[in-house]
Amino acid sequence: MQDKLNQDRRFNESGIEIKPLYTAEDVATSHIGDGDGIGEPGAFPFTRGIHREMYRKRPWTMRQYTGFGNAEDTNERFKYLIRTGNTGLNVAFDLPTQCGYDSDDEMAKGEVGRVGMAIDTLEDMEIAFDGIDIENITVSLTVNGSAAIMIAMYLVMAEKRGFDLAKLRGTCQNDILKEFVGRGTWIYPVESSVRLVADTIEYCAKNMPLYSPVSVCGYHIRESGATPTEEMAHGFCIAKAYLDEGLKRGLDIDEFAYRMSFNFNIFGQFFEQICKFRAGRRLWAKILKEQYGAKNPRSMWLRMIAGGGGSGLTIEQPENNIVRGAYYALISALSGAQTIALCCYDEAYTIPSEKAQRLSLRTMQILIEEMGLTDTVDPLAGSYFVETLTNQMEDEIVRIMGEVDENGGIVKMISKGEIQAHVSKGAYEHQRKLESGEFRKVGVNCYRVEEDEPSVEMHPYKAEDADKQVDRLKKIKAERDDAAVDKALARLREAATGSENMMPAIIEAVRAYATVGEISQVLKSVFGKYAEPAIF
Amino acid sequence: MNAQNERKIRILLAKPGLDGHDVGAKVVARALIDAGFEVRYTGLRQSPEDIVTAARDFKADVIALSILSGSHIPICTRLKSLIDEYQLSDRLWIAGGNIPAEDHERLREIGVDAVFNTSSSLEDIVAAVQKKALEHAR
Repeated sequence: MQDKLNQDRRFNESGIEIKPLYTAEDVATSHIGDGDGIGEPGAFPFTRGIHREMYRKRPWTMRQYTGFGNAEDTNERFKYLIRTGNTGLNVAFDLPTQCGYDSDDEMAKGEVGRVGMAIDTLEDMEIAFDGIDIENITVSLTVNGSAAIMIAMYLVMAEKRGFDLAKLRGTCQNDILKEFVGRGTWIYPVESSVRLVADTIEYCAKNMPLYSPVSVCGYHIRESGATPTEEMAHGFCIAKAYLDEGLKRGLDIDEFAYRMSFNFNIFGQFFEQICKFRAGRRLWAKILKEQYGAKNPRSMWLRMIAGGGGSGLTIEQPENNIVRGAYYALISALSGAQTIALCCYDEAYTIPSEKAQRLSLRTMQILIEEMGLTDTVDPLAGSYFVETLTNQMEDEIVRIMGEVDENGGIVKMISKGEIQAHVSKGAYEHQRKLESGEFRKVGVNCYRVEEDEPSVEMHPYKAEDADKQVDRLKKIKAERDDAAVDKALARLREAATGSENMMPAIIEAVRAYATVGEISQVLKSVFGKYAEPAIF
Repeated sequence: MNAQNERKIRILLAKPGLDGHDVGAKVVARALIDAGFEVRYTGLRQSPEDIVTAARDFKADVIALSILSGSHIPICTRLKSLIDEYQLSDRLWIAGGNIPAEDHERLREIGVDAVFNTSSSLEDIVAAVQKKALEHAR
């Protein structure tokens, strides 16, 4: 029996061997760290959760990702999601907006409103949030290359509605470094892009202290082919790069680290994911305390959104994705995520339908209302397996972070394309294993059925919305005060050329109804455009 | 399939438009290289003009596009006229990505020789390129 078990060796995706049985001895001998243990929830090192009462006090925020067409279409979907039980918003922008092009640009042809909402000027932002209680429904802006402009538009919109910026909550993704690894909505070269992120961090720390200007995304690095431990390690290296930028601006670590948030992926093995988060939470707290000298426990919190995982979903037998989604939500809840954005079963095909979005919300609501998932904190703590794997995952994340440092650090490795090449090799190997059947995927390489066209309702793309968007852009350009726009853009050019923080000038330009394309063009003329490394 | 004195089949693999999803393109590029083809990957954000220019300069036998944003019809429609203009219509033209089944026929009408979706296997893609490239060479 023992021999047979010894031959059947199993490893998780992070390369850690999974044994058939765990005991107290495994927990005791599995950590090369300093034996800081799991502690109590709400206290350093936060293994069990960043809050003492966790979901008992307030369930996770349900923040479904949405946006398409123009601001009116998206506003309507926002309101539907809020009616259905969404407690936060997570905004999808179209590619021209994300890449810094106006809707009438040649590069925007065929893309306006396609994968998200089109935004050209402040007016679009005002329409998108019209009638939405942004004080109680926090908004996450999923945008990176043009993040500084979207933050500026969001804050001017809020200010015009009478909000005190000192109390404005919300998040912007604004993690440009990961865009060079996956997702690809970069605009400027690496160094200038990082400077823009640092400008938003500095500006928010001084003017909008409750706003989270950056949500570091291990998510897309995982989607690009990284293992779960690489996802955390690379994410943490990137987060540290932003912290270092903040320190260079003269900020105290406790002035801004507490607004850093994270976005992580969830697909893969059940316990590996849960232990990834518990390990990551403990490690991040230690990094802040020991490496950065943070004093405020909030600076040590790993605040995170989880629940997506597009790569886990399959185009084959799309209904199976409903089941996968339910497990992803369960994993997120057992991992102590602050926010869940649960992927929808039709996402491998199309922008999710209202029905699919509702199903994802209901999945989370069933966990909250029927399953008792919010009744007790970190219910898996003390499991021999969970604690052992948490220890092992932490050690592995530390090891990978050390490897990145030895190779010159994350910014340098990304600039040279080395992280990209590494994860894309991972994606290739994964695909090979998927095709050979070594990596099992239900409905794909086992339990296949011959299907007619699956019954997924395709999201309609309305080309007339793009025309309407261009008309509105023309109208605003005709009506606005061009002198004010020119003055603001000239000031921005001056700030960009020098070393001044660019946010005040971007805000002034946005207020004057300068367009996304105009603002981006000024920055492109100063910084140039990013050129992808030739290696892949 | 390549005799010693024959040059390798050249494939230009391009990411048109603004779509940044390049995992699939890079995976397919590696598979095609491993299968013995000569592959040039353009990187992201290629305009139709960039693509035909690169195909001409590389003397590509195959023009392969990866599109996951849903804008494959407008992109391929614009590319078609440039392919004709640059006299590249004798090259094998393939496209893959998040392309709904109902659009496959439309793409073939535009002039795309073979269409793949996100569930196509590397083996199928490589085999189809080999077969089609041979047919094309005749």
